[in-house]
Amino acid sequence: MNAAAETRRMRRLEPTAIAGVMSREVANFRTYWKGTTFSSVMEPLVYLLAFGLGLSATLVDEVEGVPYIEFVGTGMVATAVIFSSALPAMFGTFVKHRFQNTYDAILAAPVDVEELVTAEMLWIGLRSGTYGCVPLLVTIAFGLNPAPGMLLTPLFCFVTALGFAGFGVAMAATVAKIDQFNYVTALCVTPLFLVAGTFFPIDGLPQGVQVVAQFNPLHQLVELVRGGAFGFEWADILRFAFLVGFALVTWRVAIRQMRKRLID
Amino acid sequence: MAAIELRDVVKTFGSITAVDGLDLEVPEGICLGLLGPNGAGKSTTMRLLTGQAIADSGKLRVLGHELPAEAKTARGQMGVVPQLDNLDVDVTVEDNLAIFARLYRVPDVGKAVDKALDIARLRERRRDAVDELSGGMRRRLLLARGLVHEPRLVLLDEPTVGLDPQIRTELWTLIGDLKARGTTILMSTHYIEEAERLADEVAVMHQGKVISRGRPMELIDEHAGRQTAEVYGPPDRLAKTRAEAESQGLAVRAAGPAIAIVGSERADGAIPEDAVVRAATLEDVFVLLTGEEAE
Repeated sequence: MNAAAETRRMRRLEPTAIAGVMSREVANFRTYWKGTTFSSVMEPLVYLLAFGLGLSATLVDEVEGVPYIEFVGTGMVATAVIFSSALPAMFGTFVKHRFQNTYDAILAAPVDVEELVTAEMLWIGLRSGTYGCVPLLVTIAFGLNPAPGMLLTPLFCFVTALGFAGFGVAMAATVAKIDQFNYVTALCVTPLFLVAGTFFPIDGLPQGVQVVAQFNPLHQLVELVRGGAFGFEWADILRFAFLVGFALVTWRVAIRQMRKRLID
Repeated sequence: MAAIELRDVVKTFGSITAVDGLDLEVPEGICLGLLGPNGAGKSTTMRLLTGQAIADSGKLRVLGHELPAEAKTARGQMGVVPQLDNLDVDVTVEDNLAIFARLYRVPDVGKAVDKALDIARLRERRRDAVDELSGGMRRRLLLARGLVHEPRLVLLDEPTVGLDPQIRTELWTLIGDLKARGTTILMSTHYIEEAERLADEVAVMHQGKVISRGRPMELIDEHAGRQTAEVYGPPDRLAKTRAEAESQGLAVRAAGPAIAIVGSERADGAIPEDAVVRAATLEDVFVLLTGEEAE
């Protein structure tokens, strides 16, 4: 034991603790990255072929002045983000806590619940921020012109994924059994995914739904990604601020729920 | 300074009082065995010491740090070996150790991992995934992981529960080495033999509090005397012998198919000639104090 650690009173949110927890995620990721990467590339490819090419060849040519395949391709970023953040956070956290007792091991070390949750969210955010860009790259391969604003896509994906990671962790700490995730998926994840403006513009929906959609982080992400591809507008600053706020709120809620679950 | 000081600690879960006014002091450099039946409050006590459970009342101090306020700092100086295997099974042996070396802020992770691999005698298997290891190797790795930062205090929570005798003996050797290095150890167990072999002192815990404490031989002398006589036979004979022994103020307990008359050297004609007389053991003490069968 080194002397510095012996005498020093440990603070909150220590970067070394957060990095230590993330190093565990990295070590595990090295064992399963191939499958995750394969599905992250294949899923948008299949969706683009099915919706983008299929619908644009038969029913829809352009949406909001953009070829439909590019409209769907940019929107698919949000789909990739929610499915690579909320679901792994829900299931991964539940399994690590209830079945693998991983968190008992980590919390026996000088790491607290706040650092644990922060590290888990950051890791999911980084991973999802990376995989979220894949649909955009695939769409570029299908003819979307690269634009400088697209360089901000990883940042937009990262912040949104942080929010959904916090949501997933909080849900994992709240449900009693793993099958209760079916309710979370049916009542939250699927509606958010469908009313994000990925496959069709939300301004064709009833007025009430349009208002609700403004509170959907995925919709804000879709608008930001399309802004990066086709031109930003001033409202995008508010959209980004909304996503930051979403991440901050879910971060604190996830910590509170996990503390209740992990500390007797 | 004591490594662990608990004063009048209470912890309840709803209507269940898991720890009930517990007083416990563990001086530095000893191995204290916390011996008690299932549900005695041993695991809750361990969780209180790591800050994973918060006491309802009482004072807790570990390595000079008040809990729960300074639990994180205290955890930095203690190692925990859990009852359940919570290794990362897909990750290599050395990565499992390196992750915890980082969590414990060890400055030279590589050196710490090498030392821990030597403790676990797993140097040759360092690049293998944990799920390729035998049960015994996994338990050695679990122990080495708790020691990767060379802690001053080690909490062993039922370190050999559910293991076969050969693996148990292997772990006892490792724990013996740890004791020899002067590390303070608090070991919860419900195995009498484990406590007898490893603990300098034993605290018998029952219904959330310590009901007796001392060196194993002292406890035996105090509660069980020198000898125990085991009497076998049909139920009516055992009942008669029991009644006679109890009328002389001797403690009698069930011992499988027999009855054991504890402190039989004080008996006056109550011990049948065919009784098997043996030296009193910690098991006799445990059963007398807790009323539970020993393992």
